[in-house]
Amino acid sequence: MSNLSLTVPRGSIFGYLGPNGAGKSTSIKMLLGLVKPSGGEAMLLGQPAGTVQVRRRIGFLPEHFRFYEWLTPAELLRLHGRLCGMSASQLNERVPRMLELVGLMPHRDKRVRDFSKGMMQRIGLAQALIHEPEIVFLDEPTSGLDPMGRRVVRDVIRAQRERGATVFLNSHLLSEVEVTCDNVAFLKGGEVVASRNLQAFNREAVSVTVEARNISPQLLAGLADRGVSASLEGERLSATVGSPDDLPELLRHLVCSGAQVYAFTPRQASLEELFVRIMGEDRGL
Amino acid sequence: MRGCWIIAGLTLREAARKKVMWTALLAGLGFLALFATALHFQIQDLDARSTTAFIRYQILSAMLMVALYVVDLLAVVMSILTSVDTISGEIASGTIQAIATKPIPRWHALIGKWLGFAGMIAVFVALTFGGTIAVAYAMSGVAPDHAIVGGALVLLECLLALTITLTVGTWFSTITSGVIVIGLHGLAFMGGWLEQMSGFTQSARLATVGVVTSLIMPSEAIWRRAEFDMQTPLAAALPFSPFATVSIPSTAMMGYAVVYLVIALIVGMYHFHRRDL
Repeated sequence: MSNLSLTVPRGSIFGYLGPNGAGKSTSIKMLLGLVKPSGGEAMLLGQPAGTVQVRRRIGFLPEHFRFYEWLTPAELLRLHGRLCGMSASQLNERVPRMLELVGLMPHRDKRVRDFSKGMMQRIGLAQALIHEPEIVFLDEPTSGLDPMGRRVVRDVIRAQRERGATVFLNSHLLSEVEVTCDNVAFLKGGEVVASRNLQAFNREAVSVTVEARNISPQLLAGLADRGVSASLEGERLSATVGSPDDLPELLRHLVCSGAQVYAFTPRQASLEELFVRIMGEDRGL
Repeated sequence: MRGCWIIAGLTLREAARKKVMWTALLAGLGFLALFATALHFQIQDLDARSTTAFIRYQILSAMLMVALYVVDLLAVVMSILTSVDTISGEIASGTIQAIATKPIPRWHALIGKWLGFAGMIAVFVALTFGGTIAVAYAMSGVAPDHAIVGGALVLLECLLALTITLTVGTWFSTITSGVIVIGLHGLAFMGGWLEQMSGFTQSARLATVGVVTSLIMPSEAIWRRAEFDMQTPLAAALPFSPFATVSIPSTAMMGYAVVYLVIALIVGMYHFHRRDL
């Protein structure tokens, strides 16, 4: 890691993105006190990262969640709750609620050894949230989950934001990040190379494909004058506008210039495209 | 210390749930049954030959010392085998990560495991060591001298093996840790015999090698002291037999073993606290 500096707004869902080996898990481990940095310092909630005081206020789901498989899910949650300093009465109320939240109530009497990978992820998520932490670190929480499981995790993550917690999400599933996160940071070679507010990102450039006849050279010149980059291939016009707000004006210009429009299909750049643009192509294989 | 007690309870529950505790106790009971059978036949033979009470007592005492030596060996091996995977295995699998990020000092996890295993080993030693003496006394009236001191020293030896196993486990993998701890115990065993030999052959240099080995790993010295405290005066007077203690480890050596244990535990706690997980 080098010059890693992150600002994560409280009460938001923060996506931490980067290719394999970028240092995502390592930097999370540093924030949790699992790995000692060779230099520098990390602050979490205004205090040095990794101290017992800070750990009381955070929850963590490791990437490869392993646990004492001879326990039942309720026993496992009770153990984690006790380690977090929760009382017996708090646990009596919280444990069934957490099992319900992650959809494991029907499996409460099974041993964890009999759990599928997806069920392990769910119980791992529950142990990270048992004491209602202020910050939740989730390292690949949806890996190994089926679509239903992913939806449960997504809902749980959003519920954490609603109760005011900050969620720090490390995931390779960019489509999940795109629909869940408020902010993202891109990590490459141990450094943050870019960060985005996803609300603002949605207001960024939009490409549009137009199927139309009677597109004249004057029409194309008019587009260039309006600052719209466009190219024509037969009856297919590809154009890029600065923001979604420019789309109505583009359509009006096409129609007013005599073009017969059959299809007008805007397409927002995906987070994956942005990721590839920032990280560069993988030259492997 | 809340974290220590939670982890200690978890360790005991794991041993019970995974049947480690019951298997160890079953092995101990099996050993007691074997000893009782052997003792029964030996008593019958002695009675048939009308052996004098003095010789009878010496033979049965020797049998009891053999049995206690096996109990000691069994307890030390149990201490190593049951605990060797607990730290290194959880580090390798990542299980420790979810525990180490909880709001307890990391060393609480190590001390908690130590307490849990120590409790289990104490029960094992009490049942097998105490059981062997009880069987011998009930069947033949033979009892060792200073049995409580002997039992306490056997427990100390087991706790030393446990401590070194856990400490080494904060550095190395399960297999490597097992090899190191068994290797150290083998070294101590060899050193003990060299020291015995030196007493017989009056070789000062051999004695030095034995003492240095005991300083590196004092486990066998603890057993030899326990054996000396427990054996009959006649056995002690025999110059060279497997259970004659020619070279007697001093009380200072026992103190050294206790300090060694405490330092090894502190080193393990410190390294576990500092290392990356």
